[in-house]
Amino acid sequence: MPWTKIYASRTEFEKALKDSPGLRGITYKEAIREATAQLLSADKSVFVIGEGVDDSGGVFGTTKGLQEEFGKDRVMDSPLAENGITGVCVGAAAAGMKPILVHMRTDFLPISLDQIVNHAAKWHYMFGGLLNIPLVIRSIIGRGWGSAAQHSQSLQAMFMNIPGLRVIMPATPYDAKGLLIAAVKDGNPVIMIEHRWLYDHMGHVPEEMYEVPLGKAAVRKTGKDVSIIAVSHMVHEAVQSAEALQEEGIDAEVIDLRTLKPLDTGTIVESVRKTGRLIVADTGWKECGAGAEVMAKVAEAGITLKAPLVRINLPEAPTPASPVLEKAYYPGKDDIIEAAKKTTGHGKR
Amino acid sequence: MTTIETSETRYLQVINEKGEEDPSVMPALFEADFRRFFETIVLARTFNQRALSLQREGRIGTYASIWGQEASQTGSALALSAEDWIFPSFRESGVLVARGYPMWMLYRYWAGDERGMSAPEGMNIFPMSVPVGTQIPHATGAAWAMKLKGHKKVAAVYFGDGGSSKGDFHEGLNFAGVFKAPCVFLCQNNQWAISVPRSSQTAAKTIAQKAFAYGFEGIQVDGNDVVAVYKAVKEASDKARSGGGPTLIECFTYRLDDHTTADDASRYRSGAEVEEWKAKEPLIRLRLFMEKKGWWTKEYEDAFMKKAQDTVDAEIKKAESYGAPDPADMLKFTYKELSARQAKELKERGW
Ligand SMILES: Cc1ncc(C[n+]2csc(CCOP(=O)(O)OP(=O)(O)O)c2C)c(N)n1
Ligand SMILES: [Mg+2]
Repeated sequence: MPWTKIYASRTEFEKALKDSPGLRGITYKEAIREATAQLLSADKSVFVIGEGVDDSGGVFGTTKGLQEEFGKDRVMDSPLAENGITGVCVGAAAAGMKPILVHMRTDFLPISLDQIVNHAAKWHYMFGGLLNIPLVIRSIIGRGWGSAAQHSQSLQAMFMNIPGLRVIMPATPYDAKGLLIAAVKDGNPVIMIEHRWLYDHMGHVPEEMYEVPLGKAAVRKTGKDVSIIAVSHMVHEAVQSAEALQEEGIDAEVIDLRTLKPLDTGTIVESVRKTGRLIVADTGWKECGAGAEVMAKVAEAGITLKAPLVRINLPEAPTPASPVLEKAYYPGKDDIIEAAKKTTGHGKR
Repeated sequence: MTTIETSETRYLQVINEKGEEDPSVMPALFEADFRRFFETIVLARTFNQRALSLQREGRIGTYASIWGQEASQTGSALALSAEDWIFPSFRESGVLVARGYPMWMLYRYWAGDERGMSAPEGMNIFPMSVPVGTQIPHATGAAWAMKLKGHKKVAAVYFGDGGSSKGDFHEGLNFAGVFKAPCVFLCQNNQWAISVPRSSQTAAKTIAQKAFAYGFEGIQVDGNDVVAVYKAVKEASDKARSGGGPTLIECFTYRLDDHTTADDASRYRSGAEVEEWKAKEPLIRLRLFMEKKGWWTKEYEDAFMKKAQDTVDAEIKKAESYGAPDPADMLKFTYKELSARQAKELKERGW
């Protein structure tokens, strides 16, 4: 499939586009906007709400022009009240609507945790299946620009812990569109976490509406020596590290989880069973993080490993604002390369 | 049907846009007080202008300008006593400069150095709140704590018109009313919350009137009139200090600049609106008023302006010669003490 391939740069993508003129290329943010527009056209119960969605910037372009196209009743800003907006959306979803709620920052989801955790996630169960909450909450991980401790957080693990929620983290334009459409149709509350560094990433995206099924990982590169399982922006770091590793004779397999809840245990286990080595590269913190859950799945499958497991995460500290500290703080492809060499017995020991 | 209670929302202006005073509300202030207002506004404005140019030159990060709001910020800060606690939002350079917060530290902070928010010992200033409105209940809690300890101090909290929509606003003010906490709630209604106009935040006519429902007084003041702000905050803080409970003060003002340096306000508001408010900015009327009294001359302003610029230049120099933060600090400052895991991590990372 052309859309499972990840291109290292826009130039590389544009080159590929020349070779396959039938395919269309758009950015991650355009893919989200397109999916939203198609959902609004296809289903009268869908509406978009959130701080800044009607701003001409349109939440980094992801909602740009939608209010002009669909009107103020379907695409709207609100008073500045994250918990309130979330509660309003939970109520509207219970009453038959399909809200897409946009929180500019993942950091502001904790303001709405009561509505998400105690209500949206629980009602279907608590009311004996009478109600369901088809609510999609989009939120964005910041990075750079002094985003710092309260404007940058990767809080996926918090939501992975809650029964009743789904968590998706698309890494490509194709998945951003397909997962958002699938999330709105899913019927359960879905937390979609985007990454600001992915917004200008380009890839193949079909024009028509399509769904990427929730709960299915994608194998971005096959390999036999080590499994690198990655999340969101770290998928791109993993793909680049795998290319570099190939040149050194290490054949890495790269898996993009795409959905964190439910996890695609089958794909994870199959890969690690084959390679016997695992590195998980996540955008968040280590303890009780997404990587810990991936490793638990591997342990539960009783796979005999050839080397200790490695997790690549943020340091045990809040995100700094200083560019100097940020540089030290964020892991990237070099950390993955080093880890892969170590687990496969290449390089320094 | 009978009426249980009715509310009235008062508006205070002491000096109008033409620099004319209303003697019936003019507090007892002297030449030196007006000079202090004037000079603090000029200093705050100089700090702000330099911050904006440093941002353009890439020497600091995203910055939130206070242009147009200097009277609300300095008038309120000067009315509080040095022992009172201040809970600022991210748009409070004028408050901090008026309180004597080291400007070089503020420049460090805006350049992305958290050490700039570590207020010097004895300076009762909380770190600025970037999440909107979350500081409101903190101030209520601190005010309540001071009351329990028997301190005669006040907590003053700054937030915007957008912040008044938050649950934190309701909960913080309601608590303060019930506990009679010595709190001054300072809302700078600058008419915009990024691209959202004041009219889309609340269907109420004023933000001040919301205090009525919490059982205490709310007042709207001309936020571009430094004397009105000073008077209202002085009275509210004296009242709070003597056990009279909280007050909500809505400073009716205007954000003349973009929301932050990352914004472009011309996308959502008209140039005509901005021009109209420029004519009402705080320094014009203060200058006219002081001139009539014989307290202002061009030479006086020029001389002070030069002094302000030299001061700010020296502060920037100090900020930029300060050493870069150390990556190890990230781990060292996360907990009171380094955890065993962090100690291991520190070693592994070679920091
Ligand atoms: C809890 C929270 N939600 C959203 C934001 C994003 N945001 C930053 S400033 C702002 C508008 C604030 O408006 P207002 O309270 O009027 O203060 P002003 O910026 O006008 O001083 C918004 C929505 C934030 N920082 N925190
Ligand atoms: Mg405002």
